[in-house]
Amino acid sequence: MGSITKTNGAVNAQKVTEFIAKTVFTVCAVLAIFAVASMTVYMFAKGAPAFQKVGVAELLFGTVWKPTADPSSYGIFYIILSSIVGTACSIAIGVPIALMTAVFLTEVADKKISAIVYPAVELLAAIPSVIYGLIGLMVLNPAMYKLEKQIFAGSETHQFTGGSNMLSAIIVLAIMILPTVINVSASSIRSVPKELRAASLAMGATKMQTIFKVTVPTAKNGIMVGVVLGIGRALGEAMAINMVAGGSVNIPLPFNSVRFLTTQLVSEMGYAEGTHRQVLFSVGLVLYIFIMLINLALMQMKKRSEEQ
Amino acid sequence: MDNRSLTNKQSRPGDVLLYAIVYICAGFSVLLLVGIIAYVLYKGIGAVNLSFLTSVTSVLKGTVGIAGNIVNTLLIIFISMIIATPISIGAAVYLNEYAKPGKLVTLIEFATEILSGIPSIIFGLFGMMFFGQTLGLGYSLITGSLTLILMVLPLITRNTQAALKVVPDSYRQGSVGLGAGKWHTIRTILLPCAMPGIITGVILAIGRIVGESAALLFTAGSAKTLPKTLGALFGKIFDSGGTLTIQLYLSATSEGDFETAFGIAVVLLIIVFLINLGTKRLAARFDVRRIAK
Repeated sequence: MGSITKTNGAVNAQKVTEFIAKTVFTVCAVLAIFAVASMTVYMFAKGAPAFQKVGVAELLFGTVWKPTADPSSYGIFYIILSSIVGTACSIAIGVPIALMTAVFLTEVADKKISAIVYPAVELLAAIPSVIYGLIGLMVLNPAMYKLEKQIFAGSETHQFTGGSNMLSAIIVLAIMILPTVINVSASSIRSVPKELRAASLAMGATKMQTIFKVTVPTAKNGIMVGVVLGIGRALGEAMAINMVAGGSVNIPLPFNSVRFLTTQLVSEMGYAEGTHRQVLFSVGLVLYIFIMLINLALMQMKKRSEEQ
Repeated sequence: MDNRSLTNKQSRPGDVLLYAIVYICAGFSVLLLVGIIAYVLYKGIGAVNLSFLTSVTSVLKGTVGIAGNIVNTLLIIFISMIIATPISIGAAVYLNEYAKPGKLVTLIEFATEILSGIPSIIFGLFGMMFFGQTLGLGYSLITGSLTLILMVLPLITRNTQAALKVVPDSYRQGSVGLGAGKWHTIRTILLPCAMPGIITGVILAIGRIVGESAALLFTAGSAKTLPKTLGALFGKIFDSGGTLTIQLYLSATSEGDFETAFGIAVVLLIIVFLINLGTKRLAARFDVRRIAK
């Protein structure tokens, strides 16, 4: 009889172990939900008060940013606008280059060459953003300054920025989104069935006609996922563009020194106090809402592209 | 009209143009990388030597070095990974082995997806508010690490999940058929099989931490001193400490010391390159194993 109780004990012990294991794994998995929930709560709880204090319209659509002046003014309209314009322009420049590179990797290059290009793209993705910023600061900004001096020679209204401007930021962003868009587009193009290409070629279409009239349009959904991912990256990038975009809140014109939602946080969070600090949290909240909208759109598109 | 013949190959000017564009764009991506590496090496290699790597910048002693930042970076990597890895593996095991499709799983997957899409500056802001202020940890390595854990969680989870997915079901059935419990199966069969994927995830996460800056600026701060004793090394996690990327940022902006900035850039590029190589090796081994089956 002793042996039976022992087995029962072993079975019970195993049941307990299984239960503990399952509970621990469940807790680990649920942690992600808690993280997102608490981040959302915090962003709103900290970002909302300034809207009350300053006024929603004045905060969002005010164009004067003078947090330390008396009377102070907290308009972040130009900051929001800069983020939108900067992201849109960098996408407009970066996506065509990325798409063409993806086409090269998947359809044009032979294996040997894509074995060189593909790792290069991967490495581009791994380079820390401060290095992009550093190179932008040392290479792009001086070049921009030369250009600026030529274009605005004799202008009395232009504020010279030393090359730290919107254009530099857009170029850095366009470069930084390349790897993301290339990778996602390439894998999407690769998953287009061979039969489609074969059919197109058999009908007498040239290779390029096949690529741009058959393959790429078929991979459209996946490519769009890459583009939206790129938008998210460009909108959320902070350090690199903080180093090249200058430091004053301005209308987002190419040669103006500008502040983005992200760079506003990076450069002023360190010393801001009182209402100024609360408004910065609101800037964070605006960024958070933008990012959430992009994320939700992204999930919808992924679903659609997987269903295909 | 010989060239209108069906049997002759005609070249379309549009095609030639498209080929040219495709080649130029791909060439641009490669040249960009080569340019970045060459420029950073050219500007920074002169600054990198033994004393640069082993001393701390000090006006008194007249030394320039990043040893403190290297220690900070290693500490942050260590603390983050030692907490994030088990949690991520646990989450992946739950999602792959225990969970039945339903609301909870959808919610977890949704949260993981959202988490991976949040930019690091937002993590930094949240880390500063929650770990720094609410929990009272202030600017410290532990605040920075806790913030980074949230950031790398989805990365390791996704990689582990992918690795678990390719473990054949017959392994699970075989193990359970022999009388092993689920936990025993996970511990002795599934996790060892998924190990290359897990390690890939961990290395990728370390790569992200090495390159991270925005999430650390307001959580870990920027101090660069070196602890004098072993006890101080562990006490240091409650002190402020700047990683390599943070020091690069400060050197290039407020301190205006571009030589140090480029020196750090060289060190960072080498680390990133090694990490990239490591994950590729692992991935290759992983594929070989799969094909061999």
